[in-house]
Amino acid sequence: MSSTFETIANIIAETCDIPRDSITPESHAINDLGIDSLDFLDIAFAIDKAFGIKLPLEQWTQEVSDGKATTDQYFVLKNLAARIDELVAAKGA
Amino acid sequence: MRLEYFQLIDRVVDINLTERRISCEATVPSVSTVFEGHFPGFPLMPGVLLIEAMAQTSGWLVSSINKFKRMSFLASVKEAKLRTFVLPGYVLNIESKLVHEGSGYAVLDAKVKNSGKPVCDATITLRVMEFPNEELAGEMLKMAARVGLTPEMALNG
Repeated sequence: MSSTFETIANIIAETCDIPRDSITPESHAINDLGIDSLDFLDIAFAIDKAFGIKLPLEQWTQEVSDGKATTDQYFVLKNLAARIDELVAAKGA
Repeated sequence: MRLEYFQLIDRVVDINLTERRISCEATVPSVSTVFEGHFPGFPLMPGVLLIEAMAQTSGWLVSSINKFKRMSFLASVKEAKLRTFVLPGYVLNIESKLVHEGSGYAVLDAKVKNSGKPVCDATITLRVMEFPNEELAGEMLKMAARVGLTPEMALNG
């Protein structure tokens, strides 16, 4: 998980010009880091490329809209890293 | 091109859904009210409209990939380079290739040429989402037919 977190933290720092040392596993991408949906498209593109996956952003957004999930589950970075690890594992299965 | 209607593409020349690329053609009109302001005495195709032409070309490709069930909206333009002046009467070839199809977005590399020479290029990001209403969905099919994007081309590439 730690290497996944490092990768996405570096992507966020570079994409959104956010100081790397202000990005922690507990950071919420939207609430703490102020990343908007357009910037998150760039982040998703970089994550998709880096891990060879397709982040299911639409599904996540729908789940949040429907009250079936909280934004914390997908946008707190340690949780995002865990979701990415699951997607990578599923790809290799 | 129908600049005043923001219809920048005249026709789809080729589309290949396997290779995820499209080629369109557009002729810059000889006369347009746009040229009265841009610029008096020196009519030039505005660069922003060249970017729009690349975005629309990219949109036709993504619409075809999604079988016209979803709509594309321009989200961002990166690395845009406007390399030469484009004058009234120029015949432009506009190409776009899908680089990445994400969840709810698509990234494409697009370029415009005139007589084989590079005119401009950019990386285009489109948001891809459900049509906001049925009217737009229907109109997009009509516009697709107008540019020669037949259902067969769109479905089979």
